[in-house]
Amino acid sequence: MNKQASKVLLSVAAPTVAVGFALLLSSAVLLLIGESPVAAYGAMFRFAARVDSAISIVNRSVPLYLSALAVAFGFKMGLFNIGVEGQYRLAALVAAWVGGVVTGLPAPLHVALIIFTAMAVGAGWAGIAGTLKVTRGVHEVISTIMLNFIGTGLGAYLLAAYFREPPAPGDLVIKTPDIPPSGQLPSLNPVLEALGVDVPGGSDLQSFLILAVLAGIVFYLLIWRTRFGYDLRVSGVSATAAAASGVNPKKMILTTMLLSGATAGLVGMPMLLGFFHRYTIDFPIMLGFTGIAVALLGRNHPVGIAFAALLFGFLDRASQILDFEAIPKEIVTIVQGIIILSVVVAYEVTHRIIQKRQAEEVAAELEGATETEEVAG
Amino acid sequence: MAQTRAGTQAAAPPVVRLEGIAKRFPGVVANDDVHLEVVSGEIHAIVGENGAGKSTLMKILYGMQRPDEGTIEVEGREVHFRSPKEAITAGIGMVHQHFMLAGNLTVLENVVLGLEPRRGPNLDRATARNRIQELSKTQGAAVDPDRLVEALSVGEKQRVEIIKVLYRGARILILDEPTGVLVPQEVEELFEHLRELRAEGVTIIFISHKLHEVLEIADRITVLRGGHTVTTVDQGEVSARQLAELMVGSELPTPGTRESTVTDREGLVVEDVELRDEDGRHLLRAISLVIREGEILGIAGVEGNGQQELVDVILGLREPSAGRVRLADEDVTTTGTRQRRGAGLGYIPEDRQLRGLLLPFPLWENAMLGHQDRPPFSKGLWLDRGGAHARTEEIIEGFDVRTPGPDVMAHALSGGNQQKLIVGRELTASPRVLLAAHPTRGIDVGAQAAVWEQIRDARAAGMAILLISADLEELIGLSDTLWVMFRGALVAELDPAEVTPEVLGSYMTGAAQERGA
Repeated sequence: MNKQASKVLLSVAAPTVAVGFALLLSSAVLLLIGESPVAAYGAMFRFAARVDSAISIVNRSVPLYLSALAVAFGFKMGLFNIGVEGQYRLAALVAAWVGGVVTGLPAPLHVALIIFTAMAVGAGWAGIAGTLKVTRGVHEVISTIMLNFIGTGLGAYLLAAYFREPPAPGDLVIKTPDIPPSGQLPSLNPVLEALGVDVPGGSDLQSFLILAVLAGIVFYLLIWRTRFGYDLRVSGVSATAAAASGVNPKKMILTTMLLSGATAGLVGMPMLLGFFHRYTIDFPIMLGFTGIAVALLGRNHPVGIAFAALLFGFLDRASQILDFEAIPKEIVTIVQGIIILSVVVAYEVTHRIIQKRQAEEVAAELEGATETEEVAG
Repeated sequence: MAQTRAGTQAAAPPVVRLEGIAKRFPGVVANDDVHLEVVSGEIHAIVGENGAGKSTLMKILYGMQRPDEGTIEVEGREVHFRSPKEAITAGIGMVHQHFMLAGNLTVLENVVLGLEPRRGPNLDRATARNRIQELSKTQGAAVDPDRLVEALSVGEKQRVEIIKVLYRGARILILDEPTGVLVPQEVEELFEHLRELRAEGVTIIFISHKLHEVLEIADRITVLRGGHTVTTVDQGEVSARQLAELMVGSELPTPGTRESTVTDREGLVVEDVELRDEDGRHLLRAISLVIREGEILGIAGVEGNGQQELVDVILGLREPSAGRVRLADEDVTTTGTRQRRGAGLGYIPEDRQLRGLLLPFPLWENAMLGHQDRPPFSKGLWLDRGGAHARTEEIIEGFDVRTPGPDVMAHALSGGNQQKLIVGRELTASPRVLLAAHPTRGIDVGAQAAVWEQIRDARAAGMAILLISADLEELIGLSDTLWVMFRGALVAELDPAEVTPEVLGSYMTGAAQERGA
């Protein structure tokens, strides 16, 4: 029990140290530009503690969480899916269009159709990179990055040429048809109110949160409790050992890319189903890239990723107050960058400590065993 | 340099003196109160089992590791090496077991790498060539400085390693298991070479666990056991048997022969298998073999003559260009690795870290590698953690894996215990056919005897076993049938009851040829 506790403590220590270090360095930067770190952080925390901020933080972290899960699928088998960005944007566009043109479906089916479409498009787009790797040996980092650009271009073309709602006279917004109410997700505000939380007007806790939690649970079970997940993790640790144990590497690469892409397809859904109800050219971007950082900080574990996503959601939301305090909010970008850099170092250091400790434990227990043997003999 | 110091001490002052060296590692056999004196111009062998502390001791002398206790003196002066660089400056050079050469550079470029003589900004090839020829001319067969290293034989590569060390001014040469990769004939050449170096006044420290070689080449022998120095003896003072007993501390196990358990049921059949690389060159040619249930078929050969490729074809990792593979009655030529393993194909890989283990995973997850799709490791699509734990406990118990429990990460175990886990994993699954590549590599003599016994029991239980090994005594002792593999072909079938390592060696190098039936 004690050992278990110290192990948990050690794995929590790394990100904590990294975040602390990032705050320290950012304080130095703030001091350099003549601002008080205490005032800046104080303002951020006070702002984030408000109910509407808390809801906003959760809403912001849900897409990040899904994006990081998508990246983690790849990371777990040693694949770098840098293309979550392109995958979710294309998926959101097509899903928004399908959701907007399909009518007459009952609500749950309509929502399910939109989500399914998004997952299929995300998987298909990632599948291109998977197929290229399996058949032609193209490295997935190269292909997924390039597919991001192609996806952006293709999306813009599809939206303008096919998916655009015929504009009303004078309407300059390029958008897909609105998804009817049967394809929208309600907010969780009634639940909050039932819990006695006083929800300010204009704040909606999006219900996709529940699906994100489910996705995390599925991720955990699939990766750590199934044969498939075992094969996937083995492939990530040693491709040669995986092959010798009977894993078909090509099939595994393709399947993982498809799973990663399907998860990426979910990234745009909270916003689409819960808020925008249509895809416009200013649909949120960069969630795919931030997801890589979140996955890294969360150590590719659904629980770790949840904390990492909340932290990034917090920084994102809290930074908005800085403008009012006349402090450049770009300071938050610096914090995020330093967190990532220092977390990589911190994880390596704790990894070594854990390894060394385990070896010592084994040695200690064995020494004890030999001594008893000698006494007995 | 060493000669100028004469006179301060008695007749033969030690050129290297290690006093009370101790080095502790978590989980690894370390050095404890080790004493070693090496006299100038001698060949001094250090023998001991795997894990006796030979390599650690040499790493300490070579500055790769720092001792926790004890002193090192080189030519009468106490030294504290912080890196191999400082050891090299002091005149100590080391030839590692695994060559550290760049295959795509020439011999000359490899030798001067890092210490290039320059003319302006360019490499001064003339000076370098002269220096290398000077170093290698005294040594029987010289190596052409302009050949590419990748084109050299193993023996030649080793010579390049030695020249590389001498080029850096070494007067004390450490050779770590230099004969491990050589066939008997190449070993003879190496010994010739070492004697010449000795005649030139080079001091040689020779690490080995092969006793007959040590008795042949060494002037004095220091025996290590369990991290302690047992004794230092002069050549001629001891027999191989006595030396072995000093090493092991008890009587010596041998892979003795027993009565045949060979049945007439075919376990593994390989028919006319050919394998070519992208350029159409043969990696395997016309391989045909039948292993019956209860039979051990041994394959001898210098590593890199197609053994790995043969294993890959049988496992289904590489598709043969021609020919068929059968497991009992089932033609598996086109089926995947997983189906073959499910059909009863066990595998002890030649490189355990590369193919046999998941170092950052706990033992129970390592125990299911290759068996993950079957009980007790899984139920349907789900892993069976309880079943996997129970089986792992069984393996730990039955194969004497020294570990506190099944939840320890594999990297925390010593190499020998990792190997025992792999052997246990494969044998406990009782496959119909077992591919055993170097099953006792890197484990100590006691564990080796246990593994031999377990393989023999599996044979008696009717397993068909393909044994590939570099340990000729293991091959001769365990095999019912013995083939020699050379350049991708099975070149000779020998009777394990009569063959000697020397005869085997001559077939392995291609010196003797006899096309078997």
